[in-house]
Amino acid sequence: MIDVINLKKTFNDGFEVIKGIDLTIEKGDIMCIIGPSGSGKSTFLRCLNCMEDATDGQIIYHDVDIADPSVDINVHRQHMGMVFQHFNLFNNKTVIQNIMMAPVHIQTKAAKKKGSQDKRSREQIKKDAYDNAMRLLGRIGLEDKANAYPSTLSGGQKQRIAIVRALAMNPEVMLFDEPTSALDPEMVGEVLDVMKELAKEGMTMVVVTHEMGFAKEVANKVIFMDSGKILEMNSPKEFFENPQNPRLKEFLSKVL
Amino acid sequence: MGSFSLKWDKFVSVLIDSGGYKKVLEGLGNTLLIAVVGLVIGIIIGTLIAAVRVLPVPIKWKKGEFNKDRKRSVKYCLDKFFKGFCSFYVGLFRGTPVVVQLLVFYYVLLPLMGIKITGVGVSIMVFGLNSGAYISEIMRGGILSVDRGQMEAGRALGLSYGTTMIKVVIPQAVKNILPTLGNEFIALIKETSVVSFVGASDLYVAFNYIGSNNYEFMVPYIVMAVIYIVLVIIISIGVKMLERRLRKSDRRN
Repeated sequence: MIDVINLKKTFNDGFEVIKGIDLTIEKGDIMCIIGPSGSGKSTFLRCLNCMEDATDGQIIYHDVDIADPSVDINVHRQHMGMVFQHFNLFNNKTVIQNIMMAPVHIQTKAAKKKGSQDKRSREQIKKDAYDNAMRLLGRIGLEDKANAYPSTLSGGQKQRIAIVRALAMNPEVMLFDEPTSALDPEMVGEVLDVMKELAKEGMTMVVVTHEMGFAKEVANKVIFMDSGKILEMNSPKEFFENPQNPRLKEFLSKVL
Repeated sequence: MGSFSLKWDKFVSVLIDSGGYKKVLEGLGNTLLIAVVGLVIGIIIGTLIAAVRVLPVPIKWKKGEFNKDRKRSVKYCLDKFFKGFCSFYVGLFRGTPVVVQLLVFYYVLLPLMGIKITGVGVSIMVFGLNSGAYISEIMRGGILSVDRGQMEAGRALGLSYGTTMIKVVIPQAVKNILPTLGNEFIALIKETSVVSFVGASDLYVAFNYIGSNNYEFMVPYIVMAVIYIVLVIIISIGVKMLERRLRKSDRRN
């Protein structure tokens, strides 16, 4: 579904974070990226939906090179959900507004275009988005928080709502940027449970994480990155029980 | 004290019997008109300038040729031009006294352009442009104070930079700068007391008129001061109430 070809990224100060990555993400893949801090794993993930502009290489998504700056990236991002370490819920909006905002805005805009298939009125779009948002909130058991502001929620609740907000756009692939790193240990479980459920439904996921247990249990491919390169990619069983790369062996011996 | 009550009586007689209150009401109306409309224009101009100044530098390079083609792209030049213009504008209006701006607009610029406009009109324009320069800096600080993640979250959902700015970032920025914006409004109310330079009749003109009626200035000017203070207190209360309303999303219920 996504083909990454020789992706490179250099920061403005000349530091080369990503030194050429080739990777194919298939539909239904659950890919976990692990590695030490500063290895470029978050930057790589952010390059996938062009939150960071790659300086070289290609990201082929639906036969389009989205790393090309002349591509309208907004259209492609609508199909790629992203979940952040610090949740980034819109602080000035209630939970339900957070979830409804992007679908309503984008669908209304699309419906207004001439020759659009979507003949719904703005009210109808809003109603559909609301129903969908409530259904999604129901899935994570937070319907009662629909009208709460993010500042009143716990970290775990915020992150689950952030996941649902991304799901409201019906994405084909979900990118998770250390979704549990900013959470109290107690709340990690509830977020991982939501992610596991998504995985079961066949969502394509790319997850940068430090949760080895999650990688072992849920992923079908685990990637080890260090100093801007992929050093090893394997099934979780092979990856954790029979690591090949010496750097990975050292890393695993420290974290496991 | 006897002489003061005499002065008071004189003031009241001019105010009520000789129709001085009409002047006062007109002056009060003009003062408020200039300050309020000036503030609205200022907020619009200020937000626009701030939005231009926080715009990320467009990065358009050919892949593989890192940073080489960047300086040649049209977007890059446009961005440079607008940012340059905005800082020139801010520098100009912050670098000259508002009285000078009033005089220059009224006696130089507008006549040169052949535009005829009343003193009040010029005042509204100048105070709008002037406060726009100040508010742009306030607003820029407000926008920068909003967590970068808010913009990232909007963009990651497929919303454009502009949409995310308008729906998410600017509302939070406005909330953050509201106390400072109230300050700006108060300053504006007080600064309007110089519009008589271009023949607009504000509070000062009204009370000056009452005083010069019988060469008794003490009471009119005290009353003028009291009116300004009352105006400022009312505004402060209004700002506080507005702030409380906007803080709704921060409160834990």
